[in-house]
Amino acid sequence: MTNIERHNYDVVVIGAGGAGLRAAIEARLAGKRTAIISKSLFGKAHTVMAEGGAAAAMGNANAGDNWMVHFRDTMRGGKFLNNFRMAELHATEAPERIWELETYGALFDRTSDGKISQRNFGGHEYPRLAHVGDRTGLELIRTLQQKIVSLQQEDFAATGNYESRLRVFAETTITELFVENGRIAGCFGYYRESGEFVLFETPSIVLATGGVGKSYKVTSNSWEYTGDGHALAMRAGATLINMEFLQFHPTGMVWPPSVKGILVTESVRGDGGVLKNSEGKRFMFDYVPDVFRKQYAETEEEADRWYTDPDNNRRPPELLPRDEVARAINSEVKAGRGTPAGGIYLDIASRRSPEFILKRLPSMHHQFKELADVDITASPMEVGPTCHYVMGGVEVDPDTAAAAVPGLFAAGEVSGGMHGSNRLGGNSLSDLLVFGKRAGEYAARHADEAVKRAKVSAAALNAAVETALAPLGRGEGGENPYTLHSELQQVMNDLVGIIRRRSELEESLGRLADLKERVKKVGVAGGRRYNPGWHLALDLRNMLAVSECTAKAALEREESRGGHTREDFPKMDPNWRRVNLVCSLRDEDVRLERKPLPKMRPELMQLFDRAELSKYLTDEELAEFDELAGKADA
Amino acid sequence: MGEKRNFRVWRGDDSSGQLQDFQVEVNEGEVVLDIIHRLQATQAPDLAVRWNCKAGKCGSCSMEINGKPRLGCMTRMSTFEPTETVTVTPLRTFPVIRDLVTDVSFNYQKARELPAFAPPAGVAPGEYRMQQVDVERSQEFRKCIECFLCQNVCHVIRDHEENKPAFAGPRFFIRAAELDMHPLDARTDRKDMAVEEQGIGYCNITKCCTEVCPEHIKITDNAIIPMKERAVDRRYDPIAWLGSKIFRRDQLDRPAGYATTAVASRPNAGTTSSPAEHAAAAGAQGDISMNWHREAAVGHAAPVGPDGKLPVTEFTGELAGAQSPFGDDVAFPMAVQDITYQHPTKPDEH
Ligand SMILES: Cc1cc2nc3c(=O)[nH]c(=O)nc-3n(C[C@H](O)[C@H](O)[C@H](O)COP(=O)(O)OP(=O)(O)OC[C@H]3O[C@@H](n4cnc5c(N)ncnc54)[C@H](O)[C@@H]3O)c2cc1C
Ligand code: SF4
Ligand code: SF4
Ligand code: FES
Repeated sequence: MTNIERHNYDVVVIGAGGAGLRAAIEARLAGKRTAIISKSLFGKAHTVMAEGGAAAAMGNANAGDNWMVHFRDTMRGGKFLNNFRMAELHATEAPERIWELETYGALFDRTSDGKISQRNFGGHEYPRLAHVGDRTGLELIRTLQQKIVSLQQEDFAATGNYESRLRVFAETTITELFVENGRIAGCFGYYRESGEFVLFETPSIVLATGGVGKSYKVTSNSWEYTGDGHALAMRAGATLINMEFLQFHPTGMVWPPSVKGILVTESVRGDGGVLKNSEGKRFMFDYVPDVFRKQYAETEEEADRWYTDPDNNRRPPELLPRDEVARAINSEVKAGRGTPAGGIYLDIASRRSPEFILKRLPSMHHQFKELADVDITASPMEVGPTCHYVMGGVEVDPDTAAAAVPGLFAAGEVSGGMHGSNRLGGNSLSDLLVFGKRAGEYAARHADEAVKRAKVSAAALNAAVETALAPLGRGEGGENPYTLHSELQQVMNDLVGIIRRRSELEESLGRLADLKERVKKVGVAGGRRYNPGWHLALDLRNMLAVSECTAKAALEREESRGGHTREDFPKMDPNWRRVNLVCSLRDEDVRLERKPLPKMRPELMQLFDRAELSKYLTDEELAEFDELAGKADA
Repeated sequence: MGEKRNFRVWRGDDSSGQLQDFQVEVNEGEVVLDIIHRLQATQAPDLAVRWNCKAGKCGSCSMEINGKPRLGCMTRMSTFEPTETVTVTPLRTFPVIRDLVTDVSFNYQKARELPAFAPPAGVAPGEYRMQQVDVERSQEFRKCIECFLCQNVCHVIRDHEENKPAFAGPRFFIRAAELDMHPLDARTDRKDMAVEEQGIGYCNITKCCTEVCPEHIKITDNAIIPMKERAVDRRYDPIAWLGSKIFRRDQLDRPAGYATTAVASRPNAGTTSSPAEHAAAAGAQGDISMNWHREAAVGHAAPVGPDGKLPVTEFTGELAGAQSPFGDDVAFPMAVQDITYQHPTKPDEH
C-alpha cells in the first residue's frame, strides 16, 4: 500500500479562514494539540477578500445601537428564517470578539474619540461595521494569523518547538472524513505540493471550509470554494440546511472581462454611489418593497439629505438589503435597460469629489485602476449580480456548533442557519469570530470527553486512497475536468441562478445527473506533484453534490424569500417560513426532508412590533404573539 | 474572439526544467493569470500556478513576467505589444516546487522569528483608544498582502542563499516598523531587534522592494530608513566602535548597526545595485533556458566579520571604497554560465 504520513491531534480544523483560525486559537488556548489545514497558503484564505467590515453592535458611532437592534436587523435580513438562537448569540457576542482582535494587534479605523469607527451598510439600522479602509478581511485574517504565530512563539519558548501544539498544514486538501462507530475518527487528504497522502487521527474536527461559489460562472469566489466542507459533512452522515439560499451580490463587475465577478463593495453606495440604468434613471425608487417602505426615502432629495443628516431623513433605496437590489438590477436588465455587457451603472464619480473617493475607497480605486484601467473617480462602473455567498450549510447546534455526527463541528460560511434566507453585509466576518470561537471551544471539550479514541480502519483508508488516485489512473482518456467544470457552471448559472423557475430547475436536475455520471469517469494527465488538473478532478464530486442540494431544495421551496427567488412563486409564504429543507446523502443521491424551524423565545419575539411580524408570520403564530403581548400588558 | 499570442512558460521541478512555448488566445481586458488558466484548460492541464482571489488581494499569484516580479492577476495583457512574447517564470529567490510554484516557506519561518504584538498591560479589551493619525502609519504596512515580491527582488537574498539565515527581508522590516509604530505595542526594543535579529544592516536601500510592491507600500522610505536611522541615532559612535573593531575584534557584537550608516547616508555609493540594474538584468529575454538550479557561484560570499555580518564601510574593509553587496571577490561581468538571469547585453530576438 502507498506510504502514508500519519498525524495524531486532539483537534483538527479544516480551513484557515477567519472561522478556522479563530477555532484553532480557541482549541489551542484550551490546551489541545491542534492542526490547521488549508488548501491555500497560510493567510491567503478567502476571508482576505472581504472588504466592507465586520458587524458588531459596539455603539461607537451611534449610542442607540445594541445587540437587540442588531438581532432585529439580522432576523429581518434573513426574512425570519434564521436560527434565532444563532442570531442572538451572534448579536450579543460580536462586540467582544472584535475587541479581542485589538488585543491581538488589529488596527481598525478610529472615531474622533479614539474608539473603533463604524460604518453604514445595507440592512443595518445604525452604522455598525468595524472596518479598515476597504480591506477589513485582510486585517482580520492577518491579525488571526499573527495571533497563531504568537501562540507558536509561546510554545517555542516552552518546548523548543514552534509546532508542538499548533501546526499549520498549508496547501493540503482534505478529501475524506472517517467515521468509526458513529463518531469522528479522523480525516484524509493530500499535500498539493507533493501529491503525497496524509492521515490525521483525531476525535474532533472543525469544518471551516467556506462556500460553494465555484459552481457558478459569474462569481466573486475563488477556486477554494468548491463546497468541500458541505460535501464532506454529508458523506460523513451530517445534514445541510437552507441550501436553496445563495446570495448573489448585486454589484459585481460585469465589464471588462478581467474583473468580471469582482465585487464592488456596498460602501460605494453607503458613501453616496447610486444605481442608474442605461436611460440614466436612478431606478431603485421603483423597487422599494412594502416591508421596507417606512424606512426608505421616497424622493432623491430626501435620499441625498440622509448622507449628512441621517436622523431626520430616511435612507436612500440603494441601501436596501442586497437581494432587493439584485432583483431590481435583474429586472432592469431583463427589461432592456441594461448596459451593453448586461449590467447597470453604479455611479459615484458624478456625485463625490475625487479626493473624497480616494479617501473612502482607496483599495477599490486601486483595484480597478490596476486591473481594468477604470478610474472610479472619473466614470461609472458597470455592475450586475454575482454569486457571492451561500447561506446554506451544515446543520449545527447553535450553542456548540456541533453537527449531527459526534466529533464534527462547523463554523463560518460552511455552517447553516445563522443567516436564514439572506445574510446582511458584514455579518459574516463577525459570524466567523463568534462561531469559530464556539466551535473551537466545544471541539476541545469533545476531545477531552473522548477518552477512548476511535481508530481509522485500514479498509476506509484504502478506499480513500483509491478514490483519490482514480482520475490519475484513467489518465487523459477520461473526461476532461476543466470541460466538466465549465459545463457545471453553465448549468448552475442558467438554470439555478438568481431568478428560478420550475421547468428550469427540473431540467437542471437531469443535467446534473448526467454530469455526475461523467464525473465518475474523469481522468487527468500528469503526476501527483502540484497538478491542478488532478485537484480539480477531485473537487468536482463535491461541487456536484452541493449543486444537487441547491437545485433540489430550490425546486421544493415554492415561494420567494431572501436568496431564493422563484418567478412562478414570487411571494413570500408564511407557511414556508416555518420549514427548513434538510439535505442528506443516501448512497450517492441527495435526499430532502422538511423539518420545522425552532421556535423563537417569547422575549425575543417581543423585540419586534406586530405590524412587522404580520409580514412574516402565519395567523396562527400571530395569535400566539397577541396572547403573549396581552399577558405582558396585563 | 481574441487573437493568438506567444507565451513562454517555465515548466519543470526542482530537478530540471525549461521554457516551453505556447500559442494561446488572448481576449480584450484579460490579465496574465487568465492566459495561464486558458493554458491549463486547453493545452497544459497540469501547469502548476498559485492563485486565489484574482483581485490583487491575496498575494498568491506572484511570478516573474518578462523577468519582472509581478502579480499575474494584476498584469494586464494590454501592457504588452501584440507581437511581444510574454515570458513567465517562477520567483527566482525561492526554490521551485513545480512550474510557477515556489517554496516560500522561508517567509513563514521569518515571520515566526519576529516577536508578535505585545498587548499593553492593564488595558482591557474594548478599552483600546488610539487616534486615526497614529494608527495610519502602521496601517500602511498592514496593507501588505504577503505576495513576497519584495522578498524575491531583494538582492541580499536573491542570489545569496547564504544570507538567508541572517536576513529577514523587506516584508518583515515593515512588520517590525508596523509594531514599532503601533500606538499600544508594549515592546520598546523593536529597532534593536531589527538590527540584531533581522539583519536590517544588510539592506543598502536600493529601493527595489518598494518598486515592486503591488500595494505601493513605501517600504524603504517609511519603514526601513526610519528603523535604521533611529537605530543609528542611539548607537552611532564611530570612534568607540572603531576602537573595538581594531583592538577587540572578538568582542564585537553589533557591527550591522554601524554598517548601515555608511550606506544609508550615501544611497548611491559606488557599487550598490540599483533598481534599474535589477530590472535590466531581469527584463531581458532570450532563448537560452534559464539556469535555475545551479549552485550559487563560489565567491558570492561577502567577506563577513567573525560575527557573520558584513562590514559595509571603508574604514575596516580590505579595500578602499564601499564594498560591493555581491562581495568584493566577484568580478563583473560574470561568465554566462554563472548567472541566473538572461544577460542584458544579449541582443533581443524581436
Ligand atoms: C469579495 C468578497 C467580499 C466579502 N465582503 C464581506 C464583508 O465585507 N463583510 C463580511 O462580513 N463578509 C464578506 N464576505 C464574506 C466572507 O468573506 C466569507 O463568508 C468568509 O470570509 C468565509 O470565511 P470562512 O472562515 O468560513 O472561510 P474561508 O475564509 O473561505 O476559508 C476557507 C478555508 O478552508 C480551506 N479549505 C476549503 N476546502 C478545504 C479542503 N477540502 N481541505 C482543506 N482545506 C480546505 C480553504 O483553503 C480556506 O483556508 C465577502 C466575500 C467575498 C468573496
Ligand atoms: S532596499 Fe534593497 S536591499 Fe533594502 S530591503 Fe529593499 S530590496 Fe533589499
Ligand atoms: S510589502 Fe508589498 S511587495 Fe512585500 S510582501 Fe507586502 S505587498 Fe508584497
Ligand atoms: S490571485 Fe490573489 S493576488 Fe493574484
